[in-house]
Amino acid sequence: MKTPYIILLLLTTLLLGACREDVYVVPADFTQVCPPSSADDPVTTMYLINEGNMGSNKASIDMLDYHTGVYWRNLYATRNPSVVKELGDVANDAKIYGSRLYVTINCSHKVEVMDAHTLRRIGQIDIPNCRYLAFHDGHAYVSSYVSTIIGDADAPLGEVCEVDTATLTITRRVSVGYQPEEMAILDGRLYVANSGGYRPPKYDNTVSVIDLETMTRERDIEVDINLFRLRADSHGTLWVTSRGDHKSRPGSLYRLEQLSPQAPMQVTDRYDIPVSDMAFRGDSLIYIASQWNDISATSSAAYGIISTSTGRIIANDLGNPAVTAAIVHPYCIAVHPYTGDIYLTDARNYVSSGTLYCLDPYGNLRWRTLTGDIPAAIAFLYH
Amino acid sequence: MLRCFDASMFRDVEMSGRRGFGVSRVIFTLVFLMTFFTGPAMGPEVDTLDEVVVQGRRRVPPLTPSMTLSGEALKRFNSNTVADALRYFSGVQIKDYGGVGGVKTVNVRSMGTNHTGVVYDGIELSNAQNGQIDLGQYSLDNIEALSVYNGDRSDLLMPARQFGSAATVYMTSRRPDLDDRNYRVRASVKGGSFGTFNPAISADIRLSQRFTLSASAEWLYATGKYKFRYRRLNQDNTVAYDTTATRHNGDINALRAEVDLNGSIGKNASWHTKVYHYNSERGIPGAVVNNVWFRGERLWDNNTFAQSNVKWQQGRYSAMVNAKYAFYQTHYINKDERVLPVDNLYRQQEVYVSASGQMYLTSWWKVAAAYDFQWNSMTADLYDFCNPWRASNYGAVSTAVNAAGFSARASALINYVYDRQRARDLATDRWAFTPAIYLSYTPQRFKNLTARAFFKQSYRMPTFNDLFYTDIGNASLSPERVSQYNIGLNYESRRHGHLLSGLAFSADAYYNYVKDKIVAYPKGQQFRWTMLNLGKVDIRGLDVSASATLSPTRDMDLTLRATYTYQRAIDITNQSDPYYRDMIPYIPRHSGSAIANISWRDWGLNYSFIYVGERYSQQENIPVNYIGPWYTSDLSLSYDFSLWRIKWRAMLQVNNILDQAYDVIAGYPMPGINFKGGLTLEF
Repeated sequence: MKTPYIILLLLTTLLLGACREDVYVVPADFTQVCPPSSADDPVTTMYLINEGNMGSNKASIDMLDYHTGVYWRNLYATRNPSVVKELGDVANDAKIYGSRLYVTINCSHKVEVMDAHTLRRIGQIDIPNCRYLAFHDGHAYVSSYVSTIIGDADAPLGEVCEVDTATLTITRRVSVGYQPEEMAILDGRLYVANSGGYRPPKYDNTVSVIDLETMTRERDIEVDINLFRLRADSHGTLWVTSRGDHKSRPGSLYRLEQLSPQAPMQVTDRYDIPVSDMAFRGDSLIYIASQWNDISATSSAAYGIISTSTGRIIANDLGNPAVTAAIVHPYCIAVHPYTGDIYLTDARNYVSSGTLYCLDPYGNLRWRTLTGDIPAAIAFLYH
Repeated sequence: MLRCFDASMFRDVEMSGRRGFGVSRVIFTLVFLMTFFTGPAMGPEVDTLDEVVVQGRRRVPPLTPSMTLSGEALKRFNSNTVADALRYFSGVQIKDYGGVGGVKTVNVRSMGTNHTGVVYDGIELSNAQNGQIDLGQYSLDNIEALSVYNGDRSDLLMPARQFGSAATVYMTSRRPDLDDRNYRVRASVKGGSFGTFNPAISADIRLSQRFTLSASAEWLYATGKYKFRYRRLNQDNTVAYDTTATRHNGDINALRAEVDLNGSIGKNASWHTKVYHYNSERGIPGAVVNNVWFRGERLWDNNTFAQSNVKWQQGRYSAMVNAKYAFYQTHYINKDERVLPVDNLYRQQEVYVSASGQMYLTSWWKVAAAYDFQWNSMTADLYDFCNPWRASNYGAVSTAVNAAGFSARASALINYVYDRQRARDLATDRWAFTPAIYLSYTPQRFKNLTARAFFKQSYRMPTFNDLFYTDIGNASLSPERVSQYNIGLNYESRRHGHLLSGLAFSADAYYNYVKDKIVAYPKGQQFRWTMLNLGKVDIRGLDVSASATLSPTRDMDLTLRATYTYQRAIDITNQSDPYYRDMIPYIPRHSGSAIANISWRDWGLNYSFIYVGERYSQQENIPVNYIGPWYTSDLSLSYDFSLWRIKWRAMLQVNNILDQAYDVIAGYPMPGINFKGGLTLEF
């Protein structure tokens, strides 16, 4: 009978197809971007965290090693190959505290903790929908969009979790406004910018003030709708950004100060600039501002410098507009704490490699290189 | 139209006239098989079933590349849904999010899902909200024939709207099969992996000499749970991680019910009315990402439509009228406590009427015209949603000549669309004009061989989501446009009573150019996106398909089909993009399928194989976006028997026999080896 032959033949075909290729951990790749830094530079490493588009599980960490001038892309998986599904989905913020690098992975609902020198994983803290980080006195403070404390299930408030950095456990929580974003800590008080960005038109418009001793919400400061960035400068001034409503109400920058040491923090100035990120260099606040124009269907980017001592706008560019003109979607800015170099990232179309630009203090291009998808946060490591 | 043959059709014919077999024939069979399998490509099968009617029709020249699966070949298939079966068609890519309830959409020749029309019993399905038809929702249980046409179908007598898509999937539901009986009942129950329980029943009843009624209902329940595995190696081949987990929240509970009335009016006219209802609740398992193993997304679909078709023919005139009303409701919630809660209700309505007429001017020249009107509306409880409606007018004219082996056909479609945003009292309009030309030549001396070429322009209108979705929509979008150029060859022969009773082969090379592609573009802060007419894609491809039917013995048939597709679909939008000239996401350079079907007495064995080559999950063709090739082998065995004057068929399927772990869409793991069994009865 021929039936067996045919079955045999079929089985052979089947086996021919039986050798599927193995899947490897995607290795980090590297490029020489600059010469090795001088020996007296205390900064040894810069980490750049890439968000990766939501659902793509493409959060990644790039590293610039100043000793060699080599830029490493996608280093986390290479240093931690055994972590299932790698770093995670949508990295948001990164900060170094002590000798550890902390990264919030928003859609993986965790804070990843790594050794800042080796990038080896130490552990994780599970915090749902975590956004930004602040550190104080042996504790990490993590803002989260969803509070576990009280709840209207249809409109959950956000919260701030306190994490003991020695044990990586959550010690206390406090609920704040809607969809809290960045935080800063001044004189034992934590200030957190509430956005309410996911409940238009009922945006939140407050900065919550938390007393860290009691971990209670002291009061809310009304600023503007849809708050986002919140940074403290060396004078104890808070700089807070509003993203507006993307329609009639434009984004802007606010200055909050205590008029005397005992006085409450209050809004003292407003700048009509839709600041999207900022960094300090001495008494300068260097910002990037990007805004979408619905009519022309293009986004426009602006850059500038504000004096933190006088509050005046000192410049409307970073020194060399020709350099920044090539940037499509400026996303993140940082200043090298020793050389004063400006690091600027371009998220381009958000679903392909971004670009990192390194500018000298006068705004001239030193070098640039490709990053992961949506380069979002930069942290510097000292000796 | 590429016409191939269907094994089942030949079986019926050949039962009577087949001779015995000898040893030499066996050897020939094997040799042939080997040649066939080592050849570069193998083919689909096809059949003479025209979309609308069945037997006895005059052969229409194969003007455009197409493929059909129908009848027994479709039944023997290891497929649950229309989407599963379409994977075996050349040039077709399925986006499959995995599992019983996972969304499955079809993309023909890399032009994008929204360029593929899906026609169910003569009337095109639409989704004004996002333009995508989830073919995972259409069960094969009630489908008689499934075809994919590149360009247009050969008929001229069709609704105007169907001239508009770059490629079209035609699904034809089972027609009453009564012969001289007054009723026929079929019932089946299937079950297996993923906690699947799937009973179905259908009945054809003759109401009178002129009317038949068909009704069918199907229930699909599955827990949707399955094991999946992610395994990664280090560069030194040691295991980095190897994890197996269970897919959760992939359950489905779906009910489908259809009623068809068929009738005739006098000698020259016939009509068909269908009422379709689909109601489901399902979980959306979501992407598998680090630290997330379950999600809280749920979706309820409630789709109902009624459609009618009247056809009339007298002498050289024929005409057709179609009408449809549809109501679609989608309820989406996310109750995962780790994310912000979502609870949205979307409703769509559609009213559609179409009239078309055709006339033979001479015996070799015909002309046709058609006009369609369609009204779509959508409401959603999204913040600041404009609740739009759309009125679309379609007008088409076409002509075809057919003489001395030459066939030519030309058509032109004009579409004018008017959109109104009720909540804002704003209106926009847009229009498209698209011509198409088809040529084919069959030499008198080689009647089995046909050379063909076509040029077609087509478009897709921006959807309600593209235009009006809160914050994202861009009301000033233009239609996305495609130009297709195709040149190809088709060969087919049938020799009843021979060992090689049927052979078909076709090859088509094509060049498609997509411009004004509608893409999501970030607006900057807070992950707000908009839609822009931004992309340009250059697509060059080759589709090859072949099929052969062997009848080595009197009671045995062997059908082999294979397809191979080569595509180079590259993004040529902007030279400064890092992905300039990279392959567009999820398009493999190489893909193919093979099917072998043996029927011996009352037994049937079907083996099917799919290969999808390496591809990239995002625009940039870099290692982090790389997805390796995958291939699956599926087997099914069936046995027919009679008992208590009832015809029975028992069926057993093993899918993904080699237990391959693979993702079609990155982060959406597909099931490993899985089983299904079923019993069908008919009386």
